[in-house]
Amino acid sequence: MNFKNFKFDLSNKNKDLIPQVLTILFIVLVIIYFTINAQNNMGNRGISFGFGFLSQESSFDITFSLIDYDGSHSYARAFLVGLLNTILVSAIGIFFATILGVTIGIARLSQNYLIAKTAEWYVEIFRNIPLILQIFFWYFAALRALPLTVDSINFYDISFLNVKGWYVPKFIWTNFSLFLYSVIFSFILIFFVSKYAKKQRDEFGKQIPTLYISLAILFVLPLLTFLLGGVSLSFQIPELNQLSKTVYVYKGGVSIIPELISLALALSMYTATFIAENVRAGILGVNKGQKEAAASIGLTKAQILKLVVMPQALRIIIPPTTNQYLNLTKNSSLAAAIAYPDIVLVFAGTALMQTGRAIEIISITMLTYLSLSLSISVFMNWYNKKMAIKEK
Amino acid sequence: MMNLNLPKPNKENFTTFVSLGSLLIVVSFLDVLVNTFLGYNFTGFLPERLSFFAPLFFGTIGLHLIRIEYSGNQFLDKINTNFNSNNFNAFLSLIVIFTLIKYVPPLLNWFIFDADFLGNQKEDCTSGGACWVFVKVWFNRFVYGMYPDVEQWRINTSFLMLFLLVGASFFVSPKYKKYLLLFLLFIYPIIGLKLISGGDFGLEYVETGAWGGLSLTFIVSAFALILCFPIGMFLALGRRSNLPAIRYSSIGFIELWRGVPLITVLFMSAVMFPMFLPDGTYVDKLIRVLIAITLFEAAYMAEVIRGGLQALPKGQYEAAKSLGMGYWRMHFLIILPQALKLVIPGIANTFLALVKDTPLIFVVGLLELAGMVNLAKTNPKWLGMAMEGYVFAGLVFWVICYAMSRYSQNLEKKLSTESR
Repeated sequence: MNFKNFKFDLSNKNKDLIPQVLTILFIVLVIIYFTINAQNNMGNRGISFGFGFLSQESSFDITFSLIDYDGSHSYARAFLVGLLNTILVSAIGIFFATILGVTIGIARLSQNYLIAKTAEWYVEIFRNIPLILQIFFWYFAALRALPLTVDSINFYDISFLNVKGWYVPKFIWTNFSLFLYSVIFSFILIFFVSKYAKKQRDEFGKQIPTLYISLAILFVLPLLTFLLGGVSLSFQIPELNQLSKTVYVYKGGVSIIPELISLALALSMYTATFIAENVRAGILGVNKGQKEAAASIGLTKAQILKLVVMPQALRIIIPPTTNQYLNLTKNSSLAAAIAYPDIVLVFAGTALMQTGRAIEIISITMLTYLSLSLSISVFMNWYNKKMAIKEK
Repeated sequence: MMNLNLPKPNKENFTTFVSLGSLLIVVSFLDVLVNTFLGYNFTGFLPERLSFFAPLFFGTIGLHLIRIEYSGNQFLDKINTNFNSNNFNAFLSLIVIFTLIKYVPPLLNWFIFDADFLGNQKEDCTSGGACWVFVKVWFNRFVYGMYPDVEQWRINTSFLMLFLLVGASFFVSPKYKKYLLLFLLFIYPIIGLKLISGGDFGLEYVETGAWGGLSLTFIVSAFALILCFPIGMFLALGRRSNLPAIRYSSIGFIELWRGVPLITVLFMSAVMFPMFLPDGTYVDKLIRVLIAITLFEAAYMAEVIRGGLQALPKGQYEAAKSLGMGYWRMHFLIILPQALKLVIPGIANTFLALVKDTPLIFVVGLLELAGMVNLAKTNPKWLGMAMEGYVFAGLVFWVICYAMSRYSQNLEKKLSTESR
C-alpha cells in the first residue's frame, strides 16, 4: 500500500516535470542551433554581431522626415525618422478611423433605411478587400489621376492638391512655447473644473455647464497669450514657382506626400469598417430596458445616446477597438509596398541592404513593433479599467 | 435644420400639403437630374452656393410637408417611417439619393457602358471607359502567374480534384466522410503539391518562382490553414496548461507573433531565416513563406481556440476527469470537439484574414493576384492600366471574402440558435 502510494506520487511529479524539461530543452537547443549557424554564417561573410553600425553614417536620403535628416546622419537617426513616420501615419489613421468608424457604426443603426444600407455596404465593401490592394488602388490608380502641378486643384487659394502631393499652409509661430504652455495649463484647469462640477453634481445635485466653461477656458487662455504674451501666428501659403518652361513646383508651406495620403486613407477606411462593427455591437449590446427607462424619465433622443447608451456601450466597444488600433499600427508597415518611408522601408529595407546586418536590424524592427503594440495595449487597458463599472 | 419654422402638416389639409410637398420634391429631383444628365442648371440664376444647395433645400421642405402622421396612405406612411422620420433624416436621405444620382451613372459608364471588351492590345481601347482588354489579355497570368501555359492543366486538375473531394464530402454517408476528410487533410495536399511542382512521374519540374496569380493565393492560404490549425491548437492548450514552463513559453510565442506585423515576419523569413541555417542549405522561397505565415497565423488561431476552451463550462472538465480520463484523452475526446465547434466562426474569420494577407508575399518576390497586377501595369505596352487591374483584383478578392464572411455569419447564426 505504502509502496503503491509512493509510486503514484513519483509518477505524478514526473508527469509534471518531464514535459516542462523537454519543452525548455527543445527551446534551448533550437536557440543554440540557430546561434551557432548564425555565428558561422556571419563569420563566413566577415561580419560580427553588434550594434556598432547604428552610429555609422547612413549616407542615404529619406524622402519624408519629421526631423532634420540627411545622408550624413547616423543609422540610429534614420531609424528614428522611420519610427516617427510610422507613428505619424498610425496616429492620423487612428484619428480618422475612429471618427469614420463611430459615424458609420451609428449610421448602421439609423432608422433611415437609406443611411443604414449605405453604411452597411460601406462596411461590406471595404472590409472584404485586402488592405494592401486598397493602398495600391489609392496610390497607383486614384492619386495618380490627379492633375499636374500647373493645374492643381485649388482650395480657396490656400491649399493645393496635385499629383505630387497636397500642399497646405505652414504655421509660423513666434513664442510658440508660451502658447503651448497656455494650452496645457487650460487642460489642467479644465480637469479641475470638471472634477469640481462632478462633485457639485454628486453632492448637491447642482448642474454646472462644464462644456461651455471648458470651451471658454480653452478659447480665452490661449487668446490672452496672443493679446498680451507676444505670441503671433502667420501662415506661409504655398506658391507656384516656375522652374523652367514646363517644370512647376510649389514652394513654401507644408507638402504632404501622396504616399502618406494614400496610406492614411486606406488605413483609416479599412480599419473604420471594423470599428464600425464594434460600435454597432456595443450599442446593440446595451440593454433595451436602459433606453426605455431613459426615455420614460423624459430624456431626449440625443441625451439618451449621450448619457445612457454611450457610457455603457463604450465598455463593450473599447477592448475590441484597442485591438483594431493595434492592427492599424501593425498594418501601417504595408507602407513599404508604396515606398512611404516608415520604419520597415527605411530600416528593414534600405539600411539592411546597405549594412547586410539582417539579424540585428530585423530584431530591432520587431522589438520596436512589439513595444509599440504593448504600449498601446497598456494604455488602453488603463483606460478600460477607468471606464469599467465601478460598483459602490 | 431641426427647427425650420414651417406649418406642421396635418391630415385635414392632406391634399394641399401632399401636392405642395410633392411639387417641391419633384422640382428638387428635376434640378439634380437635369443638372447631371443634360448639363443645364436651371437654378443657375441664384448665387453659386445657393444654387448648389437649392435642390437639398427644396427637397427637405417638400419632405417636411408630406410628413403627415398616420395619413392613411400606405405608401406615404412607408416613406415617412423609412426615409423621412424628421427633418434631419429627410436631409440625409436627399444627400444620399442625390449623391447616387450624380456619381453612380458615371461609374457605371466607366465600368460597363463605355468600357472596351474587344481586341487584344491597348490601342483597341478607344471609348474612354475601362479597358477590360487589359484584364482579358493578362487573365491567364492573373490566374496562373508565370506557370508555363502547356502545364496549366496540372493546376486545373488539382483544384478540380479539391472541389470534387469537398463536394463529395457533403454527400457521402458519415461513415466514409471521416476517411474522406482524413484523405483531404493529409494525403491530398501532398498529391496536389506534387502535381503542381512536378519533377517526378514524367511531369516537368516547375520552380516555385513561376507559380503565381490567384492559384498561388489559394495554395498559400490552404496550406497555411491546414498547417496552422494543429499548431494553434497545441499553443492554445499550452497557454492554458498548469505547467509554468509550457504556459510561459506558449504565451511568449503567441504574443511575439501577435505583436509584430506580418510584413516583418516575411522579411525575417526572407533575410534573417537563411542566416540561422547551416551554410549552403537552401530552403525554397515558397516553403519559407509558408512557414512564416503558418507560425504567424497559428498564434492568432491559438487565441481563437483559447476563447472556445474558456467558454466551456468547468463541469465538462470535471466530468471527464471523474471518468478517469487523462489529460490528452480528456482534451481530444471531450473538450476540443466542443470548444472547436464553438469557435468555428472565429476560425472562419482567421481564415478570411489569412486570405487577405496573402498579397503580402510580394515581399519575398512571389507574385499572387495583386502582385501580378503590379507587374502587368508596369509592362511598357500596358502603361496606365492600374485602375482596371486593381479594380479587377479588388473584385475577385471581394467576391471570395464576401462569400466567406457571409458563410461564416450564417454558420454563426446556425450554431447560436442550435445552442439555445
